[in-house]
Amino acid sequence: MRRLRFITAGSVDDGKSTLIGRLLYETGAVLNDQLAALERSRIRNENGSVNLALLTDGLMDERLQGITIDIAWKYFATAARRFVIIDAPGHVQYTRNMVTGASHADLAVILIDARKGVIEQTRRHSAVAALLGIPRIVVAVNKLDLVGFDRGRFDRIAGDYLGIAEKLGLKGVHLLPVSALEGDNVVSRSTRTPWYDGPPLLELLESAPVDEGIEARPARMAVQHVIRPQAKGFHDYRAFGGQVLSGTFRKGDAVTLLPSGATTRVLSVEAAGRELAEGPAPLSVALRLAHEVDASRGDWIVASGAPPILSQDLVADLCWLDEKPLVEGARTLVRHGTAFLRASVRDLSRRWDLDSIEEKPLTNGDRRLAFNELGRVTIRLARPIPFDPYGENRLTGAMVLIDEASGRTVGAAMIRASAPPDDEPSI
Amino acid sequence: MMDAIDELEAEAISILREVAGQYSRSALLFSGGKDSIALARLSEKAFRPGRFPYPLLHIDTGHNFPEAIEYRDRMAADLGEELLVRRVQDSIDAGKAVEETGKGASRNALQSITLLDAVAEFRFEALIGGARRDEEKARAKERVFSLRDEFGQWDPKRQRPELWNLYNGRLRPGEHVRVFPLSNWTELDVWEYLRREGVELPSLYFSHSRKVVRRGAALFPVSPFVHVDPGEEILESTVRFRTVGDMTCTAAVESRAATLDAVVEEIRRSRESERGSRLDDQRSEAAMEERKKQGYF
Ligand SMILES: Nc1nc2c(ncn2[C@@H]2O[C@H](COP(=O)(O)OP(=O)(O)OP(=O)(O)O)[C@@H](O)[C@H]2O)c(=O)[nH]1
Repeated sequence: MRRLRFITAGSVDDGKSTLIGRLLYETGAVLNDQLAALERSRIRNENGSVNLALLTDGLMDERLQGITIDIAWKYFATAARRFVIIDAPGHVQYTRNMVTGASHADLAVILIDARKGVIEQTRRHSAVAALLGIPRIVVAVNKLDLVGFDRGRFDRIAGDYLGIAEKLGLKGVHLLPVSALEGDNVVSRSTRTPWYDGPPLLELLESAPVDEGIEARPARMAVQHVIRPQAKGFHDYRAFGGQVLSGTFRKGDAVTLLPSGATTRVLSVEAAGRELAEGPAPLSVALRLAHEVDASRGDWIVASGAPPILSQDLVADLCWLDEKPLVEGARTLVRHGTAFLRASVRDLSRRWDLDSIEEKPLTNGDRRLAFNELGRVTIRLARPIPFDPYGENRLTGAMVLIDEASGRTVGAAMIRASAPPDDEPSI
Repeated sequence: MMDAIDELEAEAISILREVAGQYSRSALLFSGGKDSIALARLSEKAFRPGRFPYPLLHIDTGHNFPEAIEYRDRMAADLGEELLVRRVQDSIDAGKAVEETGKGASRNALQSITLLDAVAEFRFEALIGGARRDEEKARAKERVFSLRDEFGQWDPKRQRPELWNLYNGRLRPGEHVRVFPLSNWTELDVWEYLRREGVELPSLYFSHSRKVVRRGAALFPVSPFVHVDPGEEILESTVRFRTVGDMTCTAAVESRAATLDAVVEEIRRSRESERGSRLDDQRSEAAMEERKKQGYF
């Protein structure tokens, strides 16, 4: 079974670290020497019990501040499945981390403090989950022990949340009553929530599908590396190495190279020089092609029958990850697939207001995106690229923006559509 | 049917090909330990029938297990790939590194100096290492492409966000990256992979009889490099190693696991995390983070 990678989001003190700590603890992922370290620690819960939240609070700076400031990756497994927890912090100013974590996530666990209900942070996190296309959401209404496991309160919060989910177009939402501290509905069903008849968190995680139907979608591969052995017996050998991002490549398939448009057939799908029966996503393979076609790193090999969109002008949702704000007209470097190319941000027309989850048009003097802000832009590229809308394919529809001078990763973009060609001179 | 190991393999191969695609001068750190053995196997998957686009590089503390060195040389020869060795002893002789003394003295920390000299000598842009995020808390936040400044230092605040599979390996002069293709693997994943691939491993990883001294909960192999106090008792034990590093800081565990199947089974049931057998991390809770800031892997 495929791994499930999930992100956890919640605002400060909603109990995210406690929930993760409990999952790790109850599934046996906390090892003896780690437990011993926890027991040695002076940091404790209010009632003096061992603080499970410490299992995820890593770096020294954070230890001192008592908050999580960067993504931490945690691993655990049950008999049914392997899991990757992407622990992104919940502070307002760290949208960047959540966006980063969300780009890898198959599922999001969003925490709500039952005493507070749906708050700004809940809307923000849900909006990020929607923009980043996380396929499944578990809303954990936490600290139910503090409200006497009151069904009425849970139902009200659930109702509020479903309103948000509808507005955002979120699908696959599951609402779950929990107490992370006391373990209710985390690993096993709680007797204190008889009114909830769904599965506990762990069961939801064990059964969530990953990349549903990905092998059956149009085949896509970005060429990473061309294998050309300089050895005897291999003079004419040439294979294109890359990871299958969607679909399945098979011997005999008609494929198109992009952006050149050359067409050919798959001669063989290989790994380590040996032929495979087929190359489904997400395998890393080497494709040998029937004709001598010219292709190198940065190019795409795609199913001829279902090609992606080819365009030089894109409409995208952009999250700005850098302290220096983005201004309209800025030049940047873009990584898409395995290509690095120059680009400029042409039209910065709307900003996402994450608290109200609404798009706000930007006036002329205000066409900029600050650190941690999200907006709708058009991007002009140095040459056309093949893409699928992000909603259809999260890997061929994604880009990162890089500051050429510093090398910093400054933006994350989800491509929504091609834009009408820009009439300004090209770059 | 795709399983988690297939998926991890695919991700690691893709990261290795990113190194090949983004850099012209890189090296694979190869110690003869299980993680570097897995990386060598993954490199075959990524680049065969071609050659590896990088040499193997070993930073030799001079305190290695002879079995590991013998394995290292044989493996490099079998692969037909270039092996570079740079020695901590040479850094000490050149006055660049100062040997620790006394009980518990180790050359482990000195490796960083020799490693950085190798980076300068070959102008390496990327070093591929076998570190995993599950090893330790400071590692849990590590990037796959981890940026180091010209002093080899890791600054948590300067690390780049990594989104999707779109690794940004751009460098400024003097900088290099450490690349960790096994970031998302666990210790058990590595063992299961080596078993699935039928890779031969150094004998150290399997149960054998060895002279050790007990220090706290740890069993240290007796060697010319480990200072044994007159009061310490030398025991003959049936042990194996879970990690194979410098002899001065790698402890053995009591074990009867003599085959890969037995080792996998033992680890599955094991209740001690792997770094529990590395003395260097127990020196202080934040030891790993401190050493990372100084340029250790
Ligand atoms: N009563 C009760 N307290 C809880 C529950 N979950 C968490 N807490 C407490 O709430 C406080 C915050 O929990 P954490 O897990 O540290 O919160 P967090 O969301 O990870 O916060 P940051 O690490 O600061 O982002 C702690 O004092 C927990 O013990 C719960 O289900 N019930």
